[in-house]
Amino acid sequence: MEKRVTFKGIWLPLLLVLPQILITAIFFFYPAGQAIWQSLFIPDPFGLSMQWVGLGNFEYLLSDRYYRASFVTTAVFSILVTVVSMGVALYLAILADRLIKGSGTYRTLLIWPYAVAPAVAGVLWLFMFNTRVGVVTWYLGLLGYDWNHVLNEGEAMGLVVVASAWGRISYNFLFFLAGLQAIPKSVIEAAAIDGAHFWTRFRTIVWPLLSPTTFFLLVVNIIYAFFETFGVIHTITSGGPQQATTILVYKVYSDGFVGQDLGSSAAQSVILLFIVSILTVVQFKFIERRVHY
Amino acid sequence: MAEHTGMVEKRGAGLWLTHLGLIIGVAFIFFPIWLAFVASTVSQPEIVRPPMPLWPGDQFFENYSKALTAGVNAPVALMLGNSLFMALGIAIGKIAISLLSAFAIVYFKFPGKKLFFWLIFLTLMLPVEVRIVPTYEVIANFGMLNSYQGLILPLIASATATFLFRQFFMTVPDELAEAARVDGAGPMRFFFDILLPMSRTNIAALFVILFIYGWNQYLWPLLITTDPDMNTIVMGIKQMFPSGDDIADWPVIMATSILAMVPPVIVVVGMQKLFIRGLVESEK
Repeated sequence: MEKRVTFKGIWLPLLLVLPQILITAIFFFYPAGQAIWQSLFIPDPFGLSMQWVGLGNFEYLLSDRYYRASFVTTAVFSILVTVVSMGVALYLAILADRLIKGSGTYRTLLIWPYAVAPAVAGVLWLFMFNTRVGVVTWYLGLLGYDWNHVLNEGEAMGLVVVASAWGRISYNFLFFLAGLQAIPKSVIEAAAIDGAHFWTRFRTIVWPLLSPTTFFLLVVNIIYAFFETFGVIHTITSGGPQQATTILVYKVYSDGFVGQDLGSSAAQSVILLFIVSILTVVQFKFIERRVHY
Repeated sequence: MAEHTGMVEKRGAGLWLTHLGLIIGVAFIFFPIWLAFVASTVSQPEIVRPPMPLWPGDQFFENYSKALTAGVNAPVALMLGNSLFMALGIAIGKIAISLLSAFAIVYFKFPGKKLFFWLIFLTLMLPVEVRIVPTYEVIANFGMLNSYQGLILPLIASATATFLFRQFFMTVPDELAEAARVDGAGPMRFFFDILLPMSRTNIAALFVILFIYGWNQYLWPLLITTDPDMNTIVMGIKQMFPSGDDIADWPVIMATSILAMVPPVIVVVGMQKLFIRGLVESEK
């Protein structure tokens, strides 16, 4: 796309794009290239030389029980985060949409968690469910339930899912509410006059008209769960117990930084790179379609 | 419009049920924040003997002043300063370089334009999380560990901001550039005197989103700031937990958590209109 009226000159525009291109080259493309290159080698234990292994790192990874388990963990985690946060947000948005007055007040109250960093959200939920001092843990104990996410894998997963979904509700709520408010009230009222009850109206009119928003949020939330929840997991479980909450991004970090297994970490980066590319393409394909609605 | 009440909006009992449902939702969402606030106003013994109180105590000033001036590893006031510097650097940096490159791409014809455009687009596919180790090595080689440049520079390339400004520039009437050219104004004059003032609202909306993005960074500061004096507040909280079996200083940690949320919450709630606009625009 171009303007009909353009300015003359070649050096000036090159100078203008230079900062962005330099940053991109040094901090994005060079490291990404490094990751691809390093994924083909194994460094010796002293870091003095590198041994070419071709696709060896990938073969090793894909046969590694823990890495395969991490894929499953990531899938379970992402699906749960997406479903929980979109479900709660949709429920609240439907309620807020029914109000003639006051939905703005609720919106102001509900956008708060967007501002709370995932890592801080992690600390807040860790505090409530802390095995020693947590308030929720204590009341669960009164009910006879012994909460211990430090030892129980299912509880650990539940806690990181809820903490991650919590921070995302605001975002989903805003988009759902906007989507609902864009549906012409006359259509819904016509159905109501015809005697359609709430659930029928929702199923036959609201849900189909809301589907572009829903699909868009689905993709965006999966990307969030994959890549932006590191802070939640690092603060609450550090990937444990027994790697039960080690999602792929956490594993790149723990193998590369904590474990210093550079070849494997680089190969994991390459696999993640591949996954982001697919997600980005899906997102953009979809956004092109969204324009037509 | 104000008098209009449709058939599907609820009145009477239904209206109260709707409010009740929303209030329960708001309460559920606020509870973790409320509890953190309460914990930041009581003393350590009140917390370690559960259940802790659910109503604020009288230790507000003690806990917050202890956090701000002493903290655990570094004074929280220092970490707040680091976070502010990082968030502003990222937001302003991203906006500045994106404005310039969008201007070049829309208003000039030059070799490599398509290529540059695609290079910027591809950064969408390269979040920090997938290039952790090599990016760390680049920063280490530049000697930028524990520095503001190291915190800010790798995060300021922005495909989203560039596209947003490009889209906006495309809607600016051609007559304005034409008039500027006829008047003999150079491109930079046009950029600063006409384009920049017209982009004010877009810049402000984007600033809100990017400030929060920068403030809430976790993984990157965790990797490159080993010196507690360079910690940002969001990543510094986790560092306040003792290793091993010692009991954490919960009142101070919770006071720090509240301090870590205050600036982004003020930005989001105070500039709600701009925030929502920025959110919707940057997802287009």
